[in-house]
Amino acid sequence: MTTYRELLNQVKSEIDEVDAVEAARLLSSDERPLFLDVREQDEWDQGIIPGALHIPRGNLESRVEALVPDRDRPIVVYCAAGARSAFAARTLADLGYTDVVSLSGGYTDWKRNGFPTAAPRALDPEQRQRYSRHLLIPEVGEEGQLKLLDSRILLIGAGGLGSPSSLYLAAAGVGTLGIVDDDAVDATNLQRQIVHSTDRLGEPKAESAKRTLEALNPDVTVKIFQERLTSENIDRILGEGWDVIVDGADNFPTRYLLNDASVWHDIPVVHGSIYRFEGQVTVFAPGEGPCYRCLFPQPPPPELAPSCAEGGVLGVLPGVVGSIQANEALKLALGIGEPLVGRLLLYDALAGSFSDVTLRRDPACPVCGENPTITEYIDYVEFCQGPRVASAAGVSEAGAHP
Amino acid sequence: MTKVRIPPMLRPAVGGEREVPATGSTIGEILDDLTARFPGLEGQLAYANVYLDGEDIRTLDELETPVREGATIILLPAMAGG
Repeated sequence: MTTYRELLNQVKSEIDEVDAVEAARLLSSDERPLFLDVREQDEWDQGIIPGALHIPRGNLESRVEALVPDRDRPIVVYCAAGARSAFAARTLADLGYTDVVSLSGGYTDWKRNGFPTAAPRALDPEQRQRYSRHLLIPEVGEEGQLKLLDSRILLIGAGGLGSPSSLYLAAAGVGTLGIVDDDAVDATNLQRQIVHSTDRLGEPKAESAKRTLEALNPDVTVKIFQERLTSENIDRILGEGWDVIVDGADNFPTRYLLNDASVWHDIPVVHGSIYRFEGQVTVFAPGEGPCYRCLFPQPPPPELAPSCAEGGVLGVLPGVVGSIQANEALKLALGIGEPLVGRLLLYDALAGSFSDVTLRRDPACPVCGENPTITEYIDYVEFCQGPRVASAAGVSEAGAHP
Repeated sequence: MTKVRIPPMLRPAVGGEREVPATGSTIGEILDDLTARFPGLEGQLAYANVYLDGEDIRTLDELETPVREGATIILLPAMAGG
């Protein structure tokens, strides 16, 4: 028969241990290992080593592969006093983890030495349930979900594209959504603008969207801007601080204004546009890839710029394109995957096909190029009625709108 | 012969076709062939980006860019709809 003490000594002889001083050195070193906390939830709630990942000892075997897929990643595992973490280190070695050490005196010794601790942030039980399908994905997990809850995403337009993207972003638990829209819900909107409903006819779209989104997910705060984006208000609205902007505008003046502002405010824009059966999606990430003006230096003439109101759109098309935009926005907020930077995704609903083309930064781009010629906002006004340009920037009519 | 994808905004000018064949050994020749057969395209092409096998011709040799047999050309104007 083996006693607990004998078993612990046996296990400790088979693993590597570090003391608090060495662990503290590792924490602040460049090769900073993963600190893995195997204590119970109530212990974790009292305080943790900063940046630690939490997997209670009882769930270690079942969860660690998903949460730490790289078996060669250096790991410092800790518990309260170094016993449970010794067993955990042994288990991790059995699972094929190659570089695992146990913190010998545990969190107790760490704290006694005066090394830094942090208050853990955690999802509450309801959130754990609501986001359980996210928590199961290693790329999201609790850390990612907390990141989403801290994220701020601004939606330009609560129309065809803004409807699906705002619904999915709210459902995903993006903590703050901003909505800029000065329009009211109209009967012709309801064939595709699924964030609104028949009983909202005549209501401002921003308010209608806020009601729907906050009812879908009470974790989300929706900040509404019941105004049209202009050179007068854009700095105020963007200046509230956003991680990502989702462009679902329905007109060129807003899209160009937003582009120039996002370059100057250094905020990535997930661009989507639709017409009849076709859609385009890309991500304009300032400094990393092209901007909208690299792609299309200036707006086309009005006869080549039909809106959905003039040209029509299949109701489900914005559902596809807006959902892709929401997906890109979530990737940017989480910092995962390969955002559509430098690629324009084209969706043809009739053909049932996706294709993409490469977008590159234009060194001669008037906004993000080497020698920018546009340095102030331009309000392209009454665009749909005629090629008149109101210039807030001293850009000539000819230059802005040939 | 090369197939040119026509965006929805330009389709009225080509009789509603989603894709039209064109001949020419450079992008310039192909666009000339298109505008000769579909005069309605004239003036409109200036606002469309031209992609040869997924690359913007502005990053290649613009209108001089040679076009091999079987290449795919996409015309792409900006769309504002949302």
